[in-house]
Amino acid sequence: MDTIAEFFLWLKEAHGIKLTIFYDELDRTRFLSGVWTTIHLSFVCVVASIVIGIAGAWLQTSPLVWIRRIINAYIAFFRNTPPLVQLYFFYFAVDSALSGLFGIRGGLLGSYGWAVIALSFFAGAFNTEIFRAGIEAVPRSTIEGAQSLGYSRFQIYRYITFPLAYRVCLPALNNNLINLVKTTTVAYAIAVPETLYISNQIWSDEYNVPEMMNVVWIVYLVLVGVLVWMMHRWEKALRVPGFGQ
Amino acid sequence: MKPVLHNTSTDLPVLLPFRPGATTWDARDWAGLATSKRFGLALALVLISWLLIDTAYAQMVGAQGQTVWETIVKWTPLMFLGPEGEFGGFVLNIVVSFIAMALGTFLGLWLGLGQVSPNRFIRRTSWAITQLFRNSPWLVLLFYFMLLIPFFIRVGDTRIEISGWAKATFALSLPIMANVSEIVRGSIASIPTGQWDSAESLAFSRSQTLWRIILPQCIKRMIPPWMNWYCILTMSTPLVSILGVNDGMTLTQDALAAEGRSEYLIPMYLWLMSWFFIYSYPIALLTRKLENRFAVNQ
Repeated sequence: MDTIAEFFLWLKEAHGIKLTIFYDELDRTRFLSGVWTTIHLSFVCVVASIVIGIAGAWLQTSPLVWIRRIINAYIAFFRNTPPLVQLYFFYFAVDSALSGLFGIRGGLLGSYGWAVIALSFFAGAFNTEIFRAGIEAVPRSTIEGAQSLGYSRFQIYRYITFPLAYRVCLPALNNNLINLVKTTTVAYAIAVPETLYISNQIWSDEYNVPEMMNVVWIVYLVLVGVLVWMMHRWEKALRVPGFGQ
Repeated sequence: MKPVLHNTSTDLPVLLPFRPGATTWDARDWAGLATSKRFGLALALVLISWLLIDTAYAQMVGAQGQTVWETIVKWTPLMFLGPEGEFGGFVLNIVVSFIAMALGTFLGLWLGLGQVSPNRFIRRTSWAITQLFRNSPWLVLLFYFMLLIPFFIRVGDTRIEISGWAKATFALSLPIMANVSEIVRGSIASIPTGQWDSAESLAFSRSQTLWRIILPQCIKRMIPPWMNWYCILTMSTPLVSILGVNDGMTLTQDALAAEGRSEYLIPMYLWLMSWFFIYSYPIALLTRKLENRFAVNQ
């Protein structure tokens, strides 16, 4: 650890490259906490958006026309309005309206909570579409076969449609989840202490904008790269022989 | 010579025989879209929910001061057109999206062609550039280029100022470039390789095959994903407000700060969102329509 710190101190002395996160205890601690916030924010949003997607796609197959319409309106709204405005809308407008309604002082949820809600609903809208496309790819005769074996509607979804559908839509789903991780940077706007926000604090304190900018870029490339690699392996492991390519 | 198509996996469908007539689209489609039931229904929904919210809020605010509707009418010119004599507002969002899309498409086309180049070095480099910008968060790219491009450049004695929105447009065009590059590569890979061989047997050169045989077929397939990326880009333009460009989002927040009343928050944000929605939803519908039309029935 000391040799690393010494090397970066030397880099600062000799070349003026100030990578404070490698030798300054405070900067290192808060930078790592920022990266950790990005990771768990991404994880929570990924899980929540998948749940929303599964539920939405299931409701879209509902025989009730109004449920289908509501789901379609939800998808159209979240796909065709900017995620940043959605985030502001939830964090400023919905929060103040709800806390006014329930008489809570100081807001209902913090910025982290609203970021999770806004980003999950945003990605969930895309996931719903993706899962729907996957469900439609399951042959009608397979479902009829299950019906003739006495499966209920929920059982068919649970045991037949979903396991096949999610393998079909995995590539598109992975794309969207990777996109979601990239979109978590938007939480910067409502002061969620994630990587970009913390880095902004560091470069404001230490006047090392170019160095920190490069560090942030590399950190995100590594995070997204690891995710892409994991998803790719998952895709390979779950591929149905003879289904698709 | 075999065409170089490394990594031929694609999410674009395999081409079936070209059927003219069934696959052309013209001005009637645009007209049909504007009057389509779906869009009409969505518009009606937006307006009705609008009126409901407005009446509810007007009652809440009551006699004390202006109604929500009056507030919106008062601030709409600023939010839409920007401060007088300046370039800004929602118009800036749209103009930025146009320029960034044009620039990104132009660069992405060449980058995508680079990805199928027979030259290994060009292929690898194009692939690396594509992956670099495809996997970076948009906001990080915006920060990077907004903070690191200088405020002005000197060419001889003339000082050329670079405005914030120009830098932002450039930064936004980079992820578009990378994704267009992938669209180009994917659609070239989706053309059956037999076509390359047949063209070669007819003594077409590689560039002739590419420009006269392969790419004309690709364009049709590239349009739906390309339009999809245009929507995503338009939805990303409010990000420039984080970096202090006077776009619709910034000015909405300025208006809200000037009013300083929390009951205007929901209507004003919804108002701004409805503009984006009305702009983007027809494009999304058209994209879906084209996708269905160009889809291969298996």
